[in-house]
Amino acid sequence: MSGWRCAGLTFRYPESSRPAVLDLSLEIPAGTTTAVLGPNGSGKSTLLRLLLRILPPSAGTVEFGGTPVARWGRDALARAVGVVPQGEESVFPISVRELVGMGRYPHLGAWRREGDADRRAVEEAMRRCDVADLAARPVPTLSGGERQRARVARALAQQAPTLALDEPTASLDVAHEMAIFELLRDLGHAGKTVLLVTHNLNLAARYADRLVLLDGGRVAAEGTPREVLTRETVERVYGWPVEIVPHPGPGPDTGAPQVVPLAGEQCVRMAHGEGRSHAA
Amino acid sequence: MKPLARLLLLAAVLAGALLLSVRLGAVRLGTREVVDALRGAGDPATVAIVRRLRVPRSLLAALVGGALAASGACFQALLRNPLAEPYVLGVSGGAAVGAVAVIVLGASAASGTVALAAFAGAALSIVLVLRLAASAGRTLDTRVLLLAGVVAGAFFNACILLVLTFSDAESFRAALFWMMGSFSGATWREIGLLALAGGPALLLMAALARPLNLLSIGEETAAYLGVRTERVKLAAYGTASLLTAASVAVSGVIGFVGLVIPHVVRMLWGPDHRFLIPASVLLGATFLVLADVLARTAAAPTELPIGVVTAFVGVPFFLWILRRRAA
Repeated sequence: MSGWRCAGLTFRYPESSRPAVLDLSLEIPAGTTTAVLGPNGSGKSTLLRLLLRILPPSAGTVEFGGTPVARWGRDALARAVGVVPQGEESVFPISVRELVGMGRYPHLGAWRREGDADRRAVEEAMRRCDVADLAARPVPTLSGGERQRARVARALAQQAPTLALDEPTASLDVAHEMAIFELLRDLGHAGKTVLLVTHNLNLAARYADRLVLLDGGRVAAEGTPREVLTRETVERVYGWPVEIVPHPGPGPDTGAPQVVPLAGEQCVRMAHGEGRSHAA
Repeated sequence: MKPLARLLLLAAVLAGALLLSVRLGAVRLGTREVVDALRGAGDPATVAIVRRLRVPRSLLAALVGGALAASGACFQALLRNPLAEPYVLGVSGGAAVGAVAVIVLGASAASGTVALAAFAGAALSIVLVLRLAASAGRTLDTRVLLLAGVVAGAFFNACILLVLTFSDAESFRAALFWMMGSFSGATWREIGLLALAGGPALLLMAALARPLNLLSIGEETAAYLGVRTERVKLAAYGTASLLTAASVAVSGVIGFVGLVIPHVVRMLWGPDHRFLIPASVLLGATFLVLADVLARTAAAPTELPIGVVTAFVGVPFFLWILRRRAA
């Protein structure tokens, strides 16, 4: 089974004085859904790029499936991990069917013709992400939610055992965001390893088995949602007063820790050393 | 219509354009006469016109048109820029420096020396631009490549102006005519040179078609889908540049084909490079063959610069397609 393990991982962008990821050791076990959280600029996307062999570590090691990622060929890695990167802009207006079909490239290469198995994988991926009706639509005419679903469909069409997603629900409305998280939960139950970067602490707490909270390129906390999303940790990392409440239910997420950011004045009061009210 | 059927149709149209191009000129020929002359039968003067003048000229126009259109399609995907065209990275400038230099030194524009010097200049610019771009980082950043190409092009233009400043009136005129592009000096030698570069280049481009599809949705995404992006970028740059270099060496600088033909194909049939590249080759070839017919016949006996014709025909056509698509 494949999962990631990194040790002493450090990366500094050439034009930056401060490392984006610093001496980071982490294990992302296979078969789990892991959410990487953290403030803007805490190194989430950089970590993902290091795990996916887009950036070479300045120091430390990254292994995937027991083999250093540097030794993975691009095509072998593409058959093992389906990726939904943060943003992408197609120069030319391709159709949704063409975009999702690109997910078959790791299996086809430059020459092999698309066969029945490939077509079935693409249809199935479009159906699961609810974009089958949009197959003929040019991607630039889609709404943000539709486009994001089409990109997730492309990663599914790769039929890789692992999925990595960088803020897959950024700028989506609540229904589309929930639909993506529900889909990820189904995939996780079906045995896929899911790694996702997100800003949505509450959905991460409900849908991920494990959370990794980054701060300044280091791991501030990791473990189950209950272990990571404590008031002290969240306030320290984000620098904002919060209350943690249990998810009221109903449903499978009942009791999951939910972060409620408090009003800004609380900040001022805290700074003045006044006590905080704990009215639930 | 299936893609293959479309390509066959485009090939048939090209064949028709070639026949028309061989028939029309100062002496008008019938299809029958052309067929006879190709077999070596009939009036010896006609045989000479067909075999030595019209066929080489028409074939060269077709090859150059195909090469420039394919190169343009490739550059547009590589640079992720719809405004890219074969000359955007300075290849034509490098070629022109080579050509103008030997013209001013006294080489006749019809001789192989000019073509050779142009090709050498182009090859030099290809290496220079790549070195400039590659020195900026570990990987080839196509935005830097574009900048390096534009800067190199500007430098070459300055070199050309400098050389022309010290040239006499006759070589000034010859250099200017070379830069405007023409097929008037076409012989089988030029055709051979271009076919030699074009055959392998087209095969390479066929292998690059799918990776270019992926590259055009984003470099990082392409890498995640298994594309060896650095290798593909280098191969695409090298192939498209060499095709352009060979074209410019044999026919001078002919604008517009490489910019507009890939757009026309995309607007009509979509952006899949597996179809876009062969279709651009066929349509680009047809377009330049017909443009050359116009250049030879519209103001006969004066021959119009081919670049003027490609722009005068291409711009309205392009506008029409844009409007049709907007409607």
